[in-house]
Amino acid sequence: MFEELTNRFESIFKKIRGQGKISEENIAEAMRDVKRALLEADVNYKVVKKFTADVSAKALGADILSSITPGQQFVKVVYDELAALMGGNARAIRFHTNRLNIVVLAGLQGSGKTTTCAKLALHFRKQGHRPLLIACDTHRVAAIDQLDTLGKSLEIPVFSDRAKSPLEICREGLAFAQREGFSLAVIDTAGRLHIDADMMAELKALCAAAKPDETFFVADAMAGQDAVNVAKEFHKEIKLSGVILTKMDGDSRGGAALSILDVIGVPLQFIGVGEKPDGLELFYPERMASRILGMGDIVSLVEKAQENFDLEESKKLEKKFRKSTFSLQDFLEQLRQIKKMGPLSDLLAMIPGVGSQLSGADVDEKALSRIEAMICSMTAEERDRPGIIDGNRRRRISLGSGTTVQDINKLLKQFDSMKSMMKRMNKIGSRRGQNAALKSMFPY
Amino acid sequence: MNILDRLKDGLKKTRTQIASALSGASGSFDDRFYDALEDALILADIGLETSTDLIARLKSEIAGRGITTPAAAYAALKTLLAGDLAVTKLPDEFPPKPWVILVVGVNGVGKTTTIGKLAGEFGAAGKKVMLGAADTFRAGAVEQLKIWAQRTKADFVFQQDGADPASVAFDAMEASKARGIDVLILDTAGRLQNKTNLMNELSKIVRVIKRNLPQAPNEVLLVVDATTGQNALNQARVFNEIIGVTGFVITKLDGTSKGGIAVALSKNFGIPVRKIGVGEGVDDLQNFDPVSYVDALLGDLPDRV
Ligand SMILES: Nc1nc2c(ncn2[C@@H]2O[C@H](COP(=O)(O)OP(=O)(O)OP(=O)(O)O)[C@@H](O)[C@H]2O)c(=O)[nH]1
Ligand SMILES: Nc1nc2c(ncn2[C@@H]2O[C@H](COP(=O)(O)OP(=O)(O)OP(=O)(O)O)[C@@H](O)[C@H]2O)c(=O)[nH]1
Ligand SMILES: [Mg+2]
Ligand SMILES: [Mg+2]
Repeated sequence: MFEELTNRFESIFKKIRGQGKISEENIAEAMRDVKRALLEADVNYKVVKKFTADVSAKALGADILSSITPGQQFVKVVYDELAALMGGNARAIRFHTNRLNIVVLAGLQGSGKTTTCAKLALHFRKQGHRPLLIACDTHRVAAIDQLDTLGKSLEIPVFSDRAKSPLEICREGLAFAQREGFSLAVIDTAGRLHIDADMMAELKALCAAAKPDETFFVADAMAGQDAVNVAKEFHKEIKLSGVILTKMDGDSRGGAALSILDVIGVPLQFIGVGEKPDGLELFYPERMASRILGMGDIVSLVEKAQENFDLEESKKLEKKFRKSTFSLQDFLEQLRQIKKMGPLSDLLAMIPGVGSQLSGADVDEKALSRIEAMICSMTAEERDRPGIIDGNRRRRISLGSGTTVQDINKLLKQFDSMKSMMKRMNKIGSRRGQNAALKSMFPY
Repeated sequence: MNILDRLKDGLKKTRTQIASALSGASGSFDDRFYDALEDALILADIGLETSTDLIARLKSEIAGRGITTPAAAYAALKTLLAGDLAVTKLPDEFPPKPWVILVVGVNGVGKTTTIGKLAGEFGAAGKKVMLGAADTFRAGAVEQLKIWAQRTKADFVFQQDGADPASVAFDAMEASKARGIDVLILDTAGRLQNKTNLMNELSKIVRVIKRNLPQAPNEVLLVVDATTGQNALNQARVFNEIIGVTGFVITKLDGTSKGGIAVALSKNFGIPVRKIGVGEGVDDLQNFDPVSYVDALLGDLPDRV
C-alpha cells in the first residue's frame, strides 16, 4: 500500500516537474489517494476531509518539487502530519507515590475493558505498584467471574460483591484499597452504549464518587465510522483522560484512533496486542501513522527481533552476512531464533505490504519445521558448501527429512537468492540492512 | 423506539445533506449529488469500494432507465442496496438431528450472547437445545455460557478451562445424539483472523465434528460487530476460506452504527445475514429483512427537495 502510494505520487510529481510549478490541482490529485488510504483504514469521513484539507495547504507550501524524489517527499509531509496529530497532547502517566491512585476503564460492550484492567494492573505492578482490581460490572453475564479468574492467575486481589450496586462496590472497594494500603485501584465497568441514558448516568455517578486520576476510554482498533460519536459522548459524560486501543494484534489498520483523537483530543496511551495479560504496549504515534497509511509496523518488528535475538549470535551472523560466508547451518540457527519470536503469522503481519494481504492460511508454520528437517538431514559439509549438493545428495536428503526433491530444490534456490540479497545489502547501511535481512528470511 | 426507527433517526442528518445536495442539483445529477450520496454510504461503513461500485451502478440505472427526479434516483439506489443484501435465506427446517450450529468470530463481537439468544428462540419454538462450551480459553467464558444455558433451560456440555476445544465439541456431539437433542450450538473462543494457530484450531474443531457426523456443522455463523469497519471484510474472507461460513450475525445494531458493513459483506461473499442483535437481553435477536433495513438506512428524502 505504502509503496503503491509512493509510486503513484512519484509519477504524478515527475509529470508536474516538467511544468516546473505545483498547483492546487496537482496536490488535489495526489490527495485523492491519501483520502482513499485513510478511508480504507476506517478514519472517519469528516476527519479525512479535514485532514486532507490541512495537509494540502501544508504540501503546497512545502518544497516538494525540488526534491529528487517528490513522491517520497509528499508522503513524508502526509506521514509527518499524521504522526504529529497522533502524538497530539502526548504525556506520560504519573501516579502519586504517597496515596492511592485510581483508574477507571469505560467503553462499549466487548471493547476489551476487563482484559485491559488486568493488563494495566500487571503493567503497573511491574513498576512497583500494589494494584487492586475492583469489579464494578454487575451487568454482563459472568463479568465478575472473568475478572476473578484474571486476578487469580496474576495473583492480584479482586474486590467484588455480587449483592451490591456498581456505585456501592466502587465506594467500598476504594475504602478497602485505602485501608489495606494499595497504591493503585483499577476499576472495571460494564460495557454500555453511549445512547443508553440510564447506563451513562450510572457511569457518571461512579466517576463522580471515585474521582479517578485516570479515566481511560477503551476502544476496539477494528471500529468503523461511528467511533467518533461514541468517543464524543463518553468524553462529554465522564471527561476522559486517555484512550486505550485494543486488539491491535489483528490486521486492522486502526484508523479509528485518528478519528477519536481528532474529536476528543485526549492522548492515546496504550495499545492492546493480545488476549493475555502481558499484551499491553505503550502507544507510539509514528507506528500508528505508518499503520494507518498501510506502511506496516516495521519498527515493532525490528524491536521484537532485537528482544528475542541473541545479541552475540546476531553480531556473529552479521559478520558472516558481510563476508558472505553465511551457510545453511547459520540459516538453520536463524530459523530457530525466529521460531522463538512467536507465531510466524504475527511477525509477518508487521511487515509492510504483507500484513493486510496475508491471510493466516497463507503462512505455513509447518514450512519452518520442514526446512529445519531438511537442513538437519544434511552433512556438515553440505551445510557449509551447498554447492556440492548434487542430485544424489538431494534424493538422500529428501528421504531423510520426509520431503520431496522439489522441496530441496526450492530451499536451495531460496537460499541462493537470499545470499545474493545479502551481498547487495552489505552495500546499504546497517540498520536498513537489518530490516531487509529480516524480510529476506521469510521467503516461504 | 424500535431498532429500525433508531437507525432512521441516526441517519437523519445525512438525509438532510443529501436533500440539500439534491435541491442544488436542479433536476440534473451533478457531482455534488453523487458526492453527497457517497458521504452517506461511507459514513454507514459500507466502505469506499462498495460505495463507489454502488454509485457507478446507480449512474447507469439513471442513464439506462431515463430517471429524471431525485426521488426516483433515491428509490433506485435503495433497490440496488436491497438487492445486494438479499441473498437466499437459509432453511429454518432441520430434519437431521442434531442440527449443529458452530458460532465463530473475532474477540468480543457477541458470540456467546448470540448463542444465548438463539437458545432462547429455539427453546420457545419447542426444540430441545444443547450448548457446548468450546471456548475454553477466555477467562469466565464457560461460566458465561453456563448461565445462558440455565436461563434458557438448555442442556450444557463443558470441560475444565484450558481443555482442548475440539474435545469439547466431540463430547457435545456424542451427548446431543445420546439425548435426542434437536439443536446443538457450539460456542468458540474469539480469535483474530490473522492468527494462524487459532484458525488451525478452528479447522480441527470442524474436522472433529465432521468425523462424528458428516453433514455437520449444518450452519457456521460468523458474528460481526456492527461497529466494525472495513476489517470485517478480512474477517469474513479468512473465516470463510478456512471453515466455510453459511451466515452472518450482525450484533450491536442497537447502537448508532449503521452496520453498513453488512452490505459489503453480502455483496462480496454472497452469504446471507442470518440474524441481527439489537441488545443484550435474550429477546434481542431479530431476523434480518433487507428491504426494511435499507429503508431505515436511507429513509425517505425530506419533503423540501
Ligand atoms: N486479540 C486481542 N484480544 C483482546 C484484546 N483485548 C481484549 N481482547 C479480547 O476481547 C474480548 C472482549 O474482551 P473483554 O475484556 O471481555 O471486553 P469488555 O470490554 O470487558 O467486554 P464487556 O464487559 O462485555 O463490555 C475477549 O475475548 C478478550 O480476550 C487485545 O488486545 N487483543
Ligand atoms: N448492545 C449490545 N450489546 C451486545 C449485543 N450482543 C452482545 N453484546 C454485548 O457485547 C459484549 C460481548 O459479548 P459476548 O457474547 O461475550 O462476546 P463474545 O464474542 O462471545 O466474546 P469473546 O468470547 O470474548 O470473544 C457483552 O457485554 C454483551 O452483552 C447486542 O446485540 N447489543
Ligand atoms: Mg468486561
Ligand atoms: Mg464468548
